[in-house]
Amino acid sequence: MVDVSRHDVVIVGGGGAGLRAAIAASELNPEISIALVSKVYPMRSHTVSAEGGAAAIARDDDSLEMHGYDTVKGSDFLGDQDVIQYFVEQAPKELTRLEHWGCPWSRNEDGSVATRAFGGMSTKRTWYATDKVGFHMLHTLFQTSMKFGNVDRYDEHFVTKLLVDGGVCRGVAALDIRTGEMKAILGKAVILTTGGGGKVWPFTTNGNIKTGDGMSLAYREGVPLKDMEFVQYHPTGLPGTGILITEATRGEGGYLLNNEGERFLVTRDYGVGNKAELGPRDMISRAITQEIAAGRGVEIPGKPGRYAHLDLRHIGEEKIMARLPFVRELSKAYANVDPVHEPIPIRPVLHYMMGGVDTDIEARTSLDGLYAAGEVACVSLNGANRLGSNSLTECLVFGARAGEHATEYIKGASVGEEGPFVQQAEAEAARIDAFRGRQRGGEKIAKVREDMNTAMEDGTGVYREQASMAKAVKDIAELRQRFEQVSLDDSSKIFNTELIAGLELGNMLDVAEAVTWAAVQRKESRGAHACSDYPTRNDTEYLHHSLVYHSPEGPRFDKKEVTLGVWEPEERKY
Amino acid sequence: MSEKLKKTFIVTRFDPDKDEVPKTQTYEIEVEPDWKILDALNHIKDTVDPTLSHRWSCRMAVCGSCGMTVNGEPKLTCKDPLSSYGDTIEISPLANFPIVRDLVVELEGFMEKFQEVKPWIMVAKERAVEEGTTRQSPEELADFKGFSMCINCMLCYSACPVVSNEPEFLGPAALALGHRYNQDTRDEGSHVRNAVFRDEGAIFSCSFANECSEVCPKNVNPSGAIQQAKLANVIDWATSFVVKRGEDVS
Repeated sequence: MVDVSRHDVVIVGGGGAGLRAAIAASELNPEISIALVSKVYPMRSHTVSAEGGAAAIARDDDSLEMHGYDTVKGSDFLGDQDVIQYFVEQAPKELTRLEHWGCPWSRNEDGSVATRAFGGMSTKRTWYATDKVGFHMLHTLFQTSMKFGNVDRYDEHFVTKLLVDGGVCRGVAALDIRTGEMKAILGKAVILTTGGGGKVWPFTTNGNIKTGDGMSLAYREGVPLKDMEFVQYHPTGLPGTGILITEATRGEGGYLLNNEGERFLVTRDYGVGNKAELGPRDMISRAITQEIAAGRGVEIPGKPGRYAHLDLRHIGEEKIMARLPFVRELSKAYANVDPVHEPIPIRPVLHYMMGGVDTDIEARTSLDGLYAAGEVACVSLNGANRLGSNSLTECLVFGARAGEHATEYIKGASVGEEGPFVQQAEAEAARIDAFRGRQRGGEKIAKVREDMNTAMEDGTGVYREQASMAKAVKDIAELRQRFEQVSLDDSSKIFNTELIAGLELGNMLDVAEAVTWAAVQRKESRGAHACSDYPTRNDTEYLHHSLVYHSPEGPRFDKKEVTLGVWEPEERKY
Repeated sequence: MSEKLKKTFIVTRFDPDKDEVPKTQTYEIEVEPDWKILDALNHIKDTVDPTLSHRWSCRMAVCGSCGMTVNGEPKLTCKDPLSSYGDTIEISPLANFPIVRDLVVELEGFMEKFQEVKPWIMVAKERAVEEGTTRQSPEELADFKGFSMCINCMLCYSACPVVSNEPEFLGPAALALGHRYNQDTRDEGSHVRNAVFRDEGAIFSCSFANECSEVCPKNVNPSGAIQQAKLANVIDWATSFVVKRGEDVS
């Protein structure tokens, strides 16, 4: 028998979006019981690694219209315009709330909150706390969440299945990692806030926990994943590790140089105009990739591959220490380079998934009782390319929206008959028991994962081709077969990280399937989806969202209309 | 490619379902010269022994998951270079915590202490969003910013000579966090936290060994925070007899 606990709202994921959802639900109704379920302690969540800032208008020279237009243009006109309008309106309120809760935002001399420049943003609207913004936001939210007495945390619990019966979602089956026991955590609404799945790719800024769990949970219940072909390569990752060097380096005036010391974004036409290094991420990553392909990449003795140089020397030690101290710490510790004295070698690195669980503007999915917010979701704020510093704010705006809407929704909802949900959790317990220490074929988790990483890098890189994407579709299908033959060495119930890695690999293969399926269908180039065979945008045939549905017979593809009405799609040129 | 080196790792193993007491296991592997300790552990887990359990995530010294004891010293293993060690390296769980399994330690005790210091802004009257942001000068920010940099990696508890003997002692990270909020100009809850600090042993059992600040990978200086907090606490306690307290804060 599994342990059964009962709550009103169950939140899966303890990062920026999940914590914001918990606080919003608690503020709206202090009487309800909220479960916050996370596979790590909340302060380990990957929000912690975000560096550069969070966007919201703050200055007299800025406007909601300007933030909205920058965002829709950055999205290559695939963002839903009602969502973008709602987002830019809520953004300043959310960042102000965080200020009231104690976030140590950096300040101007007069004590007002400071803002910095960011890629694709037409003025300084990125709020920052030096260059550890995600860290400070996450810790502020986590610490603030502790003052609410009605948030019950399930730390280090791994959700293996959504409990769905009769077309409604009423809880989750969660494995207590420390004991190996399965629990049924029931509620009248479930909010997914588990983040993205950057670990599907080999060279990524993402931490080990970013395995697309929430996308897979929803996908397996028939909820479509939207716009999965759009994955963001951040221009500046460190060699070898892929550790993120923030876009704030360029916001503060940093240059990108090729091996001739040339500022190629200024001297050559990469479509970014006079924005130069502050162009949007998709364009800058393509520019670096082209420079390297043209033989102008920088070599590092003893390291494979070619890079560009990110040069901060002219910014000076004083400003680097005041604005970018973490960049200096990371460069020294992980690249053996002091940016005060030397340029930092970097190359484009997988960073963010624009796609995710399809939601409406209220963060609702197509499954009754299920919500999603943050990177796990695709509310269609970011379209085909996200602007830097919009995603931390997105976690707040739509995390809050999900928490509030779910709190309203449960007024008219009941768990109903518990039996079917508890039985599903018991079936999950049996499934996990069979997987733990399973002896089957000889396949190893680490090897299947490595081969998945390779297939995804080859098929869905900065530039894609029809042939390579089609091969990735086939490769992922084969890897799913191999996954069925995986054997596990660890049969212990206590903190079995091999078991968790196995479950995560299963989730990542779902994500990989959806990404490759969506990618191969889109025969145009838009935003981050740069298709060599179809190098231009094609609004006549492809101005639509893509949906991928899971089915026992294999994935099913569909389309969804883009919400326009405010800004007419135009050529994206800076 | 760079030349591979051979290293021997002596790693603590413990599964409470099978073992009475922790034991060690030795792994001899080839490593890259620029690896960190964590890279070696992940290599062992992926290619030699999938049963080894350890926590990690960000591998960029900010999530705080991968604190362990390396050759007797508490270290953040994702930032700790292999090149600073010889051919044989001993890795064990953080000291002063119960072991859950292998290199994974029990954090629940810390999480309780963390919450005890009330690490949130307390005000008599909640500010409305429409009022806009609070003014705070760069100097006022600097008074607490350093203490807000803690990643909860637990190295300081592992190094502290008081934590293991004084169960009521809140410990370096929790105290530095409480002090961080006391120092924040937006907060009005310092006398509430000071009352928590005045509980038997909560702060005054700190012996000022300074070990916490020496091992901190983020230069938070919890030892300095504790000394500042002790002084502020004595003043707060003394003035509480002569100054009427304002409205209740929450």
